[in-house]
Order: sequence, then structure tokens, then C-alpha cells
Amino acid sequence: MKNENLYNYILGIADNNLILGQRLGELCGHGPSLETDIACTNISLDLLGQVRSYYQYASKLKGEETTEDSIAFLRKEREYVNVLLVEQPNTDFAYTIVRQFLFDIYHNLFLEELQKSHDITLTAIAKKSIKEANYHKRFSSDWVRRLGDGTPESNAKIQEAIDNLWTYTDELFHQTEADKAMVKEGIGVDVTLLKSKYYEIVNEVLTEATITVPDTKWFQKGGKNGIHTEHMGYLLNDMQFMQRTYPNMEW
Amino acid sequence: MTTTAQNIDKRLEEILTSVSDPEIPVLSIMDMGVVRSAIIKDDMVHVEITPTYSGCPAMDVIGDDIQKALAEADYKSRVELVLAPAWTTDWITPKGRRALEAYGIAAPLNEEADKNVLLGGKQLVKCTNCGSKNTRMVSQFGSTACKAQFQCNDCQEPFDYFKCLK
Repeated sequence: MKNENLYNYILGIADNNLILGQRLGELCGHGPSLETDIACTNISLDLLGQVRSYYQYASKLKGEETTEDSIAFLRKEREYVNVLLVEQPNTDFAYTIVRQFLFDIYHNLFLEELQKSHDITLTAIAKKSIKEANYHKRFSSDWVRRLGDGTPESNAKIQEAIDNLWTYTDELFHQTEADKAMVKEGIGVDVTLLKSKYYEIVNEVLTEATITVPDTKWFQKGGKNGIHTEHMGYLLNDMQFMQRTYPNMEW
Repeated sequence: MTTTAQNIDKRLEEILTSVSDPEIPVLSIMDMGVVRSAIIKDDMVHVEITPTYSGCPAMDVIGDDIQKALAEADYKSRVELVLAPAWTTDWITPKGRRALEAYGIAAPLNEEADKNVLLGGKQLVKCTNCGSKNTRMVSQFGSTACKAQFQCNDCQEPFDYFKCLK
């Protein structure tokens, strides 16, 4: 494939959306309240809509028999390059919200920069997506504040989720080979430059939410290279079931 | 205000206006601003539509409905989804806004109104039932990706608000 780096670069962006979208979709009918249930599935729908744009573009680059569906549903675990953060389970609403918050802040900073890409398709997707991502950020930040600065119990739950998910944040700013190549061509975003701004915003919200910022020094990594946590297999099992059982099924 | 020229062949205008948004049947896709261009070239109609939200499931249906409506007028057609420039609520026509209100969906105002709701500022969204501006947001997300849930503090009527997207 001629544009292998670009193809891999697109998957690096889109897989995050797909897996987070799948996680949020699990809450359909299971949210803690009707409004939050609808909000989580709405966000999921936005993310999956964005995924379609990315995968359609990627499938054109790949050619052959590749389609958006085959990219989404027929890869093996090691071929998904999403960050570990987004595959973490919906342990409780605090985990769901904190995971969303930690991703949304990154997602907005990332899309802000992707709008300046030299690749016009990526620019168009970024310009469309950032409007939606902005809404997501408001939603998740509001809930972090509300629960963090809520009752002793809600505060403890948000603190626990932050303490446990914090270790997955550093990976957002790691560069893959495809990243480096695309940055050089003016197509990709240099994620290393987003890091300080990210922690600045996150810390600001957490402080408002009366949550203690963890002083974790050791961070998890691997997702961007296809090495996932134990949760990923179960997630894919659920997500791929239909296509694996009834190949090429459409509805 | 974002303005982007639409390029619609006059002969196709009426046909396209007859196609409505499947989730808001009172609203024509033309008034919604999702049809960006429609031209006739070599006996083939080329239509470009743009999604309101990336994940909007109505887009596939809208594409099919356009092809059906054009086929009834003996046009062969091809519908393409374009992402740039990104859709904004500014593209909803005044007629479209009136149709939304009449249907019970508050039309999008501006970013300030959306922010005010979140920050407890001045209330600007009008109840579609009684017209009072004494309303509150129940949830930022509503029955479809493009709407938020509101409730009127005076008449208690719950209603949808079309989220402002610039």
C-alpha cells in the first residue's frame, strides 16, 4: 500500500472513537438515569459517526476488499491501535464519566490541531467532529465537578476512578511510527505538544471538583502498538459477534 | 453568520423540497440546509448532502428518499455525502425555523443562549407551548443527536430544543 503511514495514522485516531463508542453503547438502557443514559448513547453515536468518516477514508486508501465494516469488525485484537484508556470498563458511573472526561479534554485539543492538517479529508472530519466533541467535553466536565464536589460518597467514587484511570493518560501523548511520519508531512498532529495544556486543563477541573490530582509516576502503555488490557478481548467478542457469526450480514 | 452558497438547479428545487427529514417530518431537507448542491450533468442528477451530526442515522434515509423522489420525476441520480464545510444551524431557513417551532421544537438561538443555560445566565429559550422564557435545561442530550431536553417552569411542558451548532 502506497499510503501505509496515512492508513495507520487514521486508524490511530479512529480506533479510539470506535472502542469508546462501543463502551458507551453498552450503557444503552443501563444508564443510571434516563438523561445520562441518553447522553452516553448520544455521545456514542457521535463518536461512531466520526469513525465512519475515518474508516471510509482509510478503506479507500487500502483498496482491495476493504470496507469501513471490515476495518471495524474483522480485525484481530492486536490490530486495534486505540489507547488503553478507552477500553477500560464501565465499572460504575464514576469510571464512565472520568474515562470520558480524560478522553474529551484530549480529543478537543487534538481536533483543534487536526483542523490545520494538510490533508483535506482529515481537516473536514476534524472541523465536523470538534463541534460535537465540544458538547461531550461540557457534559463530562460538568459531571466531574458535580460529583467531585457533591456528597462524600460521590467525591470518593470520582477520586477512586481518577486514581485508577490516571495511569492511562500518558499514553495519549506517545507517538507511533505513523504519527512521526505524518507530523513530518504536515498531515498529523504532534501529540507531544498537547501534553502540558492537557494536564493544565484537567488539573483545573479536578481542583474545582475538590479532587486530588494523583502523583502517579508510572504509566501504562501498549494500546497504540496493539498490546491491550485484558478487557479488550471481551469487548471485541461482544462487538464482533454478529459479523463473525453471520459473515457479511447487513441490516 | 456562516453563509455558503448552495448550488441547486432550479428544475430540481421543487422535488428536493418535497423530501423531509425523517425524524422531523414537518421540515423539508431544503429548509434544513442539508442539501448543498444539486446539478444535472449528462442525464444524471448529482446531489451533495451534508450531515447535521456525524452519526445522524437519518442521512442514509434522506439519501434514499432523494433518489426515490427524483426517480418519480424520471431522473437518475447519485447522492454523495460531503463533510466540508461543516453544517451549522445557521443554514436552517426562516421557514424551517417556523416549521420547527410549530412542531414543538424550539429553534436554535445562538451559542450565548446555550452557554447561559449551562452557566445559569439569562434564560433565552422560549417554551414552544406557552411562549415563556422561564425555562430550564433538563439534559444537554435529547431524543436525537441534534436536540437537548428542556422544560418550561411556568406551564411545566417538556420540550425539545434544537442545539445550536456553529
